[in-house]
Amino acid sequence: MNMESPGFIFINACIINNFIFSYFLGICPFLGVSGKWETASRMGIAVTFVMIISSTCAYGINLLLTWLDVQFLQLICYIVVIASTVQLVEMFMKKYSPALFRALGIFLPLITTNCAILAVALFQTNRQYNILQSIVFAIGGGLGFTLALVIMSGIREELELSKVPPMIKGAALTLIIAGILSLGFMGFAGLGGGG
Amino acid sequence: MNEPIYSASAKHENFDCLVRGLWKENPVLVSLLGCCPTLAVSNSVINAVSMGLATTFVLICSSALISMLRRFIPKEVRIGTFIVIIATFVTVADYLIQAISLEIHKALGAFLALIVVNCIILGRAEAFASKNTIAKSILDAIGSGIGFTLAIVCMGTIREILGNGSFAGIDLFGPSFEPWVIMILPCGGFFIFGTLMLGANIVNTRQRAKAKLGA
Repeated sequence: MNMESPGFIFINACIINNFIFSYFLGICPFLGVSGKWETASRMGIAVTFVMIISSTCAYGINLLLTWLDVQFLQLICYIVVIASTVQLVEMFMKKYSPALFRALGIFLPLITTNCAILAVALFQTNRQYNILQSIVFAIGGGLGFTLALVIMSGIREELELSKVPPMIKGAALTLIIAGILSLGFMGFAGLGGGG
Repeated sequence: MNEPIYSASAKHENFDCLVRGLWKENPVLVSLLGCCPTLAVSNSVINAVSMGLATTFVLICSSALISMLRRFIPKEVRIGTFIVIIATFVTVADYLIQAISLEIHKALGAFLALIVVNCIILGRAEAFASKNTIAKSILDAIGSGIGFTLAIVCMGTIREILGNGSFAGIDLFGPSFEPWVIMILPCGGFFIFGTLMLGANIVNTRQRAKAKLGA
Protein backbone atom coordinates (compact mmCIF):
# COMPACT_ATOMS: atom_id res chain seq x y z
CA MET A 1 0.00 0.00 0.00
CA ASN A 2 1.18 3.43 -0.92
CA MET A 3 1.61 5.70 2.08
CA GLU A 4 1.93 9.14 0.47
CA SER A 5 0.21 11.88 2.45
CA PRO A 6 -2.97 13.36 0.92
CA GLY A 7 -1.47 16.86 0.95
CA PHE A 8 1.47 15.75 -1.14
CA ILE A 9 -0.78 13.89 -3.57
CA PHE A 10 -2.92 16.99 -3.97
CA ILE A 11 -0.02 19.33 -4.73
CA ASN A 12 1.59 16.74 -6.94
CA ALA A 13 -1.53 16.18 -9.06
CA CYS A 14 -2.48 19.84 -9.16
CA ILE A 15 0.80 21.63 -9.82
CA ILE A 16 3.95 19.53 -10.05
CA ASN A 17 2.58 16.95 -12.43
CA ASN A 18 -0.22 19.03 -13.87
CA PHE A 19 -2.35 16.83 -16.10
CA ILE A 20 -2.15 19.12 -19.07
CA PHE A 21 1.35 20.52 -18.84
CA SER A 22 3.24 17.44 -17.85
CA TYR A 23 1.11 14.41 -18.69
CA PHE A 24 -0.60 15.78 -21.82
CA LEU A 25 -3.98 14.51 -20.75
CA GLY A 26 -7.10 16.29 -21.87
CA ILE A 27 -5.47 18.30 -24.63
CA CYS A 28 -8.59 18.25 -26.84
CA PRO A 29 -10.85 20.24 -24.47
CA PHE A 30 -7.81 22.33 -23.56
CA LEU A 31 -7.46 23.45 -27.18
CA GLY A 32 -11.20 23.51 -27.80
CA VAL A 33 -12.83 25.42 -24.95
CA SER A 34 -10.01 27.62 -23.68
CA GLY A 35 -11.17 30.54 -25.80
CA LYS A 36 -13.31 32.27 -23.19
CA TRP A 37 -12.70 32.61 -19.47
CA GLU A 38 -16.22 31.71 -18.45
CA THR A 39 -16.62 28.53 -20.49
CA ALA A 40 -13.12 27.46 -19.52
CA SER A 41 -13.73 27.72 -15.80
CA ARG A 42 -17.13 26.02 -15.96
CA MET A 43 -15.71 23.25 -18.13
CA GLY A 44 -12.96 22.79 -15.57
CA ILE A 45 -15.48 22.47 -12.77
CA ALA A 46 -17.59 19.97 -14.75
CA VAL A 47 -14.48 17.89 -15.42
CA THR A 48 -13.45 18.03 -11.76
CA PHE A 49 -16.91 16.89 -10.70
CA VAL A 50 -16.93 13.96 -13.14
CA MET A 51 -13.40 13.09 -12.03
CA ILE A 52 -14.32 12.90 -8.35
CA ILE A 53 -17.39 10.74 -8.94
CA SER A 54 -15.71 8.41 -11.41
CA SER A 55 -12.62 8.07 -9.26
CA THR A 56 -14.73 7.05 -6.27
CA CYS A 57 -16.68 4.56 -8.37
CA ALA A 58 -13.48 3.25 -9.95
CA TYR A 59 -12.10 2.53 -6.50
CA GLY A 60 -15.15 0.41 -5.66
CA ILE A 61 -15.10 -1.33 -9.02
CA ASN A 62 -11.45 -2.17 -8.68
CA LEU A 63 -12.09 -3.82 -5.31
CA LEU A 64 -14.92 -5.83 -6.83
CA LEU A 65 -12.91 -6.86 -9.89
CA THR A 66 -9.94 -7.89 -7.76
CA TRP A 67 -12.25 -9.93 -5.57
CA LEU A 68 -13.75 -11.64 -8.62
CA ASP A 69 -10.26 -11.94 -10.16
CA VAL A 70 -11.29 -10.45 -13.50
CA GLN A 71 -8.96 -7.45 -13.76
CA PHE A 72 -8.97 -7.60 -17.55
CA LEU A 73 -12.46 -6.10 -17.44
CA GLN A 74 -11.08 -3.03 -15.68
CA LEU A 75 -10.89 -0.78 -18.72
CA ILE A 76 -14.39 -1.61 -19.95
CA CYS A 77 -15.96 -1.06 -16.52
CA TYR A 78 -14.18 2.24 -15.96
CA ILE A 79 -15.22 3.69 -19.28
CA VAL A 80 -18.85 2.68 -18.75
CA VAL A 81 -18.88 4.36 -15.33
CA ILE A 82 -17.38 7.52 -16.77
CA ALA A 83 -19.86 7.59 -19.63
CA SER A 84 -22.80 7.32 -17.24
CA THR A 85 -21.41 10.01 -14.93
CA VAL A 86 -21.06 12.34 -17.88
CA GLN A 87 -24.63 11.63 -18.87
CA LEU A 88 -25.69 12.54 -15.33
CA VAL A 89 -23.79 15.82 -15.36
CA GLU A 90 -25.25 16.60 -18.76
CA MET A 91 -28.83 16.12 -17.59
CA PHE A 92 -28.15 18.13 -14.45
CA MET A 93 -26.67 21.01 -16.41
CA LYS A 94 -29.42 20.99 -19.03
CA LYS A 95 -31.95 21.46 -16.29
CA TYR A 96 -30.21 24.04 -14.12
CA SER A 97 -28.05 26.01 -16.52
CA PRO A 98 -29.23 25.76 -20.14
CA ALA A 99 -27.04 28.69 -21.19
CA LEU A 100 -23.91 26.94 -19.99
CA PHE A 101 -25.14 23.73 -21.58
CA ARG A 102 -25.27 25.46 -24.95
CA ALA A 103 -21.93 27.18 -24.45
CA LEU A 104 -20.12 23.92 -23.76
CA GLY A 105 -21.89 22.30 -26.71
CA ILE A 106 -20.18 19.25 -28.12
CA PHE A 107 -17.45 19.34 -25.48
CA LEU A 108 -19.79 18.22 -22.73
CA PRO A 109 -20.46 14.72 -24.11
CA LEU A 110 -16.82 14.66 -25.14
CA ILE A 111 -15.81 14.70 -21.47
CA THR A 112 -16.37 10.96 -21.82
CA THR A 113 -13.39 10.78 -24.12
CA ASN A 114 -11.34 13.15 -21.99
CA CYS A 115 -8.19 11.19 -21.29
CA ALA A 116 -7.65 12.97 -17.98
CA ILE A 117 -10.66 11.33 -16.36
CA LEU A 118 -9.86 7.79 -17.40
CA ALA A 119 -6.24 8.49 -16.46
CA VAL A 120 -7.21 9.42 -12.90
CA ALA A 121 -8.97 6.07 -12.55
CA LEU A 122 -6.04 4.17 -14.08
CA PHE A 123 -3.29 5.98 -12.17
CA GLN A 124 -4.96 5.50 -8.81
CA THR A 125 -5.27 1.79 -9.52
CA ASN A 126 -1.66 1.55 -10.66
CA ARG A 127 -0.37 3.42 -7.63
CA GLN A 128 -2.66 1.52 -5.26
CA TYR A 129 -4.12 4.59 -3.59
CA ASN A 130 -6.66 4.05 -0.84
CA ILE A 131 -10.07 5.71 -0.97
CA LEU A 132 -8.99 8.98 0.67
CA GLN A 133 -5.90 9.26 -1.50
CA SER A 134 -7.97 8.52 -4.61
CA ILE A 135 -10.45 11.29 -3.91
CA VAL A 136 -7.71 13.79 -3.08
CA PHE A 137 -5.89 12.78 -6.26
CA ALA A 138 -9.06 13.35 -8.31
CA ILE A 139 -9.70 16.76 -6.72
CA GLY A 140 -6.09 17.79 -7.25
CA GLY A 141 -6.06 16.61 -10.85
CA GLY A 142 -9.36 18.33 -11.58
CA LEU A 143 -8.28 21.62 -10.03
CA GLY A 144 -4.98 21.44 -11.90
CA PHE A 145 -6.90 20.94 -15.13
CA THR A 146 -9.14 23.90 -14.29
CA LEU A 147 -6.10 26.01 -13.45
CA ALA A 148 -4.50 25.25 -16.82
CA LEU A 149 -7.72 26.01 -18.70
CA VAL A 150 -8.23 29.29 -16.86
CA ILE A 151 -4.65 30.50 -17.39
CA MET A 152 -4.85 29.61 -21.07
CA SER A 153 -8.23 31.29 -21.56
CA GLY A 154 -6.90 34.48 -19.96
CA ILE A 155 -3.99 34.55 -22.37
CA ARG A 156 -6.18 33.77 -25.35
CA GLU A 157 -8.65 36.52 -24.50
CA GLU A 158 -5.79 38.99 -24.55
CA LEU A 159 -4.50 37.54 -27.81
CA GLU A 160 -7.82 38.23 -29.49
CA LEU A 161 -6.98 41.91 -29.24
CA SER A 162 -3.46 41.68 -30.59
CA LYS A 163 -2.29 41.23 -34.12
CA VAL A 164 -0.87 37.83 -35.00
CA PRO A 165 0.11 36.42 -38.41
CA PRO A 166 -2.86 34.54 -39.89
CA MET A 167 -0.78 31.41 -40.49
CA ILE A 168 -0.16 30.75 -36.82
CA LYS A 169 -3.64 31.65 -35.59
CA GLY A 170 -5.59 28.95 -33.80
CA ALA A 171 -4.19 25.66 -32.64
CA ALA A 172 -0.56 26.29 -33.58
CA LEU A 173 -0.33 29.44 -31.47
CA THR A 174 -2.20 27.84 -28.58
CA LEU A 175 0.21 24.92 -28.58
CA ILE A 176 3.29 27.09 -28.58
CA ILE A 177 1.91 29.15 -25.69
CA ALA A 178 1.10 25.90 -23.90
CA GLY A 179 4.74 24.95 -24.40
CA ILE A 180 5.88 28.15 -22.72
CA LEU A 181 3.42 27.61 -19.85
CA SER A 182 4.64 24.05 -19.50
CA LEU A 183 8.18 25.39 -19.26
CA GLY A 184 6.99 27.55 -16.38
CA PHE A 185 5.29 24.65 -14.64
CA MET A 186 8.54 22.70 -14.87
CA GLY A 187 9.87 25.12 -12.28
CA PHE A 188 7.68 23.40 -9.70
CA ALA A 189 9.38 20.09 -10.36
CA GLY A 190 11.65 20.25 -7.32
CA LEU A 191 8.76 21.01 -4.99
CA GLY A 192 7.90 17.45 -4.07
CA GLY A 193 11.38 15.99 -4.13
CA GLY A 194 10.90 14.64 -7.67
CA GLY A 195 7.72 12.99 -8.63
CA MET B 1 -7.10 -6.81 -62.17
CA ASN B 2 -8.37 -9.17 -59.51
CA GLU B 3 -11.49 -7.17 -58.84
CA PRO B 4 -13.47 -6.97 -62.05
CA ILE B 5 -16.69 -6.28 -60.14
CA TYR B 6 -15.63 -2.76 -59.25
CA SER B 7 -16.14 -0.07 -61.79
CA ALA B 8 -13.40 2.51 -62.23
CA SER B 9 -15.20 5.06 -60.07
CA ALA B 10 -15.80 2.62 -57.23
CA LYS B 11 -12.13 1.75 -57.28
CA HIS B 12 -11.25 5.41 -57.17
CA GLU B 13 -13.57 5.90 -54.23
CA ASN B 14 -11.95 3.05 -52.32
CA PHE B 15 -8.52 4.46 -53.04
CA ASP B 16 -9.73 7.83 -51.80
CA CYS B 17 -10.92 6.24 -48.53
CA LEU B 18 -7.42 4.93 -48.01
CA VAL B 19 -5.40 7.99 -48.97
CA ARG B 20 -7.56 10.70 -47.48
CA GLY B 21 -6.36 10.02 -43.94
CA LEU B 22 -2.71 10.46 -44.88
CA TRP B 23 -2.60 14.17 -45.53
CA LYS B 24 -5.83 15.84 -46.62
CA GLU B 25 -7.75 14.72 -43.56
CA ASN B 26 -4.81 13.72 -41.42
CA PRO B 27 -6.41 13.04 -38.03
CA VAL B 28 -3.69 14.73 -36.04
CA LEU B 29 -2.42 17.62 -38.12
CA VAL B 30 -5.66 18.68 -39.77
CA SER B 31 -8.54 17.51 -37.59
CA LEU B 32 -6.63 17.93 -34.31
CA LEU B 33 -7.82 14.57 -33.00
CA GLY B 34 -5.78 12.33 -30.75
CA CYS B 35 -3.37 15.03 -29.69
CA CYS B 36 -2.81 13.59 -26.22
CA PRO B 37 -0.92 10.43 -27.24
CA THR B 38 0.80 12.35 -30.03
CA LEU B 39 2.30 14.69 -27.47
CA ALA B 40 2.80 12.24 -24.65
CA VAL B 41 4.53 9.22 -26.14
CA SER B 42 6.46 10.91 -28.93
CA ASN B 43 9.62 11.30 -26.85
CA SER B 44 11.33 8.47 -28.69
CA VAL B 45 10.90 6.85 -32.10
CA ILE B 46 10.33 3.35 -30.75
CA ASN B 47 7.58 4.49 -28.40
CA ALA B 48 5.99 6.46 -31.21
CA VAL B 49 6.04 3.53 -33.64
CA SER B 50 4.58 1.09 -31.14
CA MET B 51 1.89 3.56 -30.10
CA GLY B 52 1.02 4.20 -33.75
CA LEU B 53 0.81 0.51 -34.54
CA ALA B 54 -1.28 -0.28 -31.45
CA THR B 55 -3.71 2.50 -32.29
CA THR B 56 -3.92 1.38 -35.93
CA PHE B 57 -4.65 -2.17 -34.79
CA VAL B 58 -7.47 -1.04 -32.51
CA LEU B 59 -8.78 1.32 -35.18
CA ILE B 60 -8.95 -1.38 -37.87
CA CYS B 61 -10.52 -4.03 -35.63
CA SER B 62 -13.09 -1.75 -34.08
CA SER B 63 -14.00 -0.13 -37.42
CA ALA B 64 -14.54 -3.56 -38.96
CA LEU B 65 -16.69 -4.79 -36.08
CA ILE B 66 -18.72 -1.59 -35.83
CA SER B 67 -19.32 -1.60 -39.56
CA MET B 68 -20.42 -5.23 -39.35
CA LEU B 69 -22.86 -4.47 -36.55
CA ARG B 70 -24.05 -1.14 -37.90
CA ARG B 71 -27.55 -2.41 -38.68
CA PHE B 72 -28.04 -3.92 -35.21
CA ILE B 73 -26.86 -1.10 -32.99
CA PRO B 74 -29.77 1.11 -31.87
CA LYS B 75 -29.11 4.75 -32.55
CA GLU B 76 -29.67 5.89 -28.96
CA VAL B 77 -26.96 3.77 -27.43
CA ARG B 78 -24.47 3.82 -30.29
CA ILE B 79 -21.74 5.83 -28.56
CA GLY B 80 -21.82 3.54 -25.54
CA THR B 81 -21.68 0.48 -27.76
CA PHE B 82 -18.78 1.89 -29.77
CA ILE B 83 -16.82 2.63 -26.61
CA VAL B 84 -17.35 -0.84 -25.22
CA ILE B 85 -16.22 -2.38 -28.53
CA ILE B 86 -13.16 -0.13 -28.61
CA ALA B 87 -12.34 -0.88 -24.98
CA THR B 88 -12.42 -4.59 -25.75
CA PHE B 89 -9.86 -4.27 -28.52
CA VAL B 90 -7.68 -1.95 -26.44
CA THR B 91 -7.59 -4.58 -23.72
CA VAL B 92 -6.51 -7.11 -26.37
CA ALA B 93 -3.79 -4.75 -27.63
CA ASP B 94 -2.67 -4.02 -24.07
CA TYR B 95 -2.15 -7.69 -23.24
CA LEU B 96 -0.63 -8.35 -26.67
CA ILE B 97 2.07 -5.73 -26.21
CA GLN B 98 2.70 -6.93 -22.69
CA ALA B 99 3.34 -10.37 -24.16
CA ILE B 100 5.58 -9.12 -26.96
CA SER B 101 7.74 -6.65 -25.08
CA LEU B 102 7.43 -5.82 -21.42
CA GLU B 103 9.83 -2.93 -21.89
CA ILE B 104 7.66 -1.11 -24.42
CA HIS B 105 4.62 -1.83 -22.28
CA LYS B 106 6.33 -0.11 -19.36
CA ALA B 107 7.43 2.87 -21.47
CA LEU B 108 3.94 3.46 -22.85
CA GLY B 109 2.38 2.89 -19.44
CA ALA B 110 -1.12 4.21 -18.95
CA PHE B 111 -1.18 5.64 -22.45
CA LEU B 112 -1.74 2.20 -23.86
CA ALA B 113 -5.00 1.88 -21.95
CA LEU B 114 -5.81 5.45 -22.86
CA ILE B 115 -6.16 4.47 -26.53
CA VAL B 116 -9.79 3.91 -25.51
CA VAL B 117 -10.33 7.63 -25.28
CA ASN B 118 -8.38 8.46 -28.42
CA CYS B 119 -10.83 10.65 -30.30
CA ILE B 120 -9.60 9.37 -33.68
CA ILE B 121 -11.09 5.93 -33.11
CA LEU B 122 -14.47 7.10 -31.85
CA GLY B 123 -14.48 9.80 -34.51
CA ARG B 124 -13.93 7.33 -37.37
CA ALA B 125 -16.51 4.95 -35.85
CA GLU B 126 -19.13 7.66 -35.63
CA ALA B 127 -18.37 9.48 -38.85
CA PHE B 128 -17.50 6.60 -41.14
CA ALA B 129 -17.72 3.00 -39.97
CA SER B 130 -21.29 3.27 -38.71
CA LYS B 131 -22.46 4.32 -42.17
CA ASN B 132 -20.31 2.42 -44.66
CA THR B 133 -19.56 -1.12 -45.81
CA ILE B 134 -16.97 -3.27 -44.08
CA ALA B 135 -14.38 -3.08 -46.86
CA LYS B 136 -14.55 0.69 -47.06
CA SER B 137 -14.46 1.08 -43.29
CA ILE B 138 -11.34 -1.07 -43.08
CA LEU B 139 -9.64 0.95 -45.83
CA ASP B 140 -10.60 4.17 -44.08
CA ALA B 141 -9.29 2.82 -40.76
CA ILE B 142 -5.98 1.81 -42.37
CA GLY B 143 -5.66 5.28 -43.91
CA SER B 144 -6.39 7.13 -40.69
CA GLY B 145 -4.22 4.76 -38.69
CA ILE B 146 -1.25 5.27 -40.99
CA GLY B 147 -1.87 9.02 -40.96
CA PHE B 148 -1.76 8.99 -37.17
CA THR B 149 1.34 6.80 -37.14
CA LEU B 150 3.08 9.13 -39.61
CA ALA B 151 2.33 12.19 -37.51
CA ILE B 152 3.43 10.61 -34.23
CA VAL B 153 6.59 9.08 -35.75
CA CYS B 154 7.43 12.44 -37.28
CA MET B 155 7.14 14.06 -33.83
CA GLY B 156 9.10 11.23 -32.26
CA THR B 157 11.92 11.52 -34.79
CA ILE B 158 12.33 15.26 -34.32
CA ARG B 159 12.16 15.06 -30.55
CA GLU B 160 14.55 12.16 -30.23
CA ILE B 161 17.12 13.62 -32.63
CA LEU B 162 17.09 17.03 -30.97
CA GLY B 163 16.66 15.90 -27.41
CA ASN B 164 18.81 12.80 -27.33
CA GLY B 165 20.95 12.96 -30.47
CA SER B 166 19.82 9.52 -31.54
CA PHE B 167 17.34 7.82 -33.85
CA ALA B 168 15.53 4.73 -32.53
CA GLY B 169 18.30 4.29 -29.98
CA ILE B 170 21.17 4.59 -32.50
CA ASP B 171 23.58 7.38 -31.63
CA LEU B 172 23.79 9.89 -34.49
CA PHE B 173 26.17 12.64 -33.52
CA GLY B 174 28.74 11.06 -31.23
CA PRO B 175 29.80 12.26 -27.81
CA SER B 176 30.40 15.90 -28.73
CA PHE B 177 26.68 16.51 -29.18
CA GLU B 178 25.05 18.39 -26.33
CA PRO B 179 21.47 17.04 -26.17
CA TRP B 180 18.70 19.59 -26.19
CA VAL B 181 16.99 18.04 -23.18
CA ILE B 182 14.01 20.33 -23.29
CA MET B 183 12.78 18.58 -26.42
CA ILE B 184 12.15 15.30 -24.58
CA LEU B 185 10.50 17.10 -21.69
CA PRO B 186 6.78 17.89 -21.96
CA CYS B 187 7.24 21.46 -23.13
CA GLY B 188 9.28 20.29 -26.13
CA GLY B 189 6.27 18.25 -27.21
CA PHE B 190 4.10 21.34 -27.28
CA PHE B 191 6.71 23.36 -29.17
CA ILE B 192 7.32 20.73 -31.84
CA PHE B 193 3.62 20.02 -32.29
CA GLY B 194 2.87 23.73 -32.61
CA THR B 195 5.64 24.15 -35.15
CA LEU B 196 4.50 21.13 -37.16
CA MET B 197 0.99 22.50 -37.23
CA LEU B 198 2.30 25.84 -38.34
CA GLY B 199 4.11 24.05 -41.17
CA ALA B 200 0.97 22.18 -42.20
CA ASN B 201 -0.99 25.46 -42.14
CA ILE B 202 1.56 27.19 -44.35
CA VAL B 203 1.56 24.36 -46.90
CA ASN B 204 -2.24 24.20 -46.99
CA THR B 205 -2.66 27.97 -47.26
CA ARG B 206 -0.18 28.11 -50.15
CA GLN B 207 -1.98 25.27 -51.92
CA ARG B 208 -5.30 26.99 -51.51
CA ALA B 209 -3.89 30.25 -52.83
CA LYS B 210 -2.47 28.41 -55.83
CA ALA B 211 -5.79 26.68 -56.50
CA LYS B 212 -7.49 30.06 -56.39
CA LEU B 213 -5.03 31.52 -58.89
CA GLY B 214 -5.54 28.52 -61.16
CA ALA B 215 -9.31 28.91 -61.05
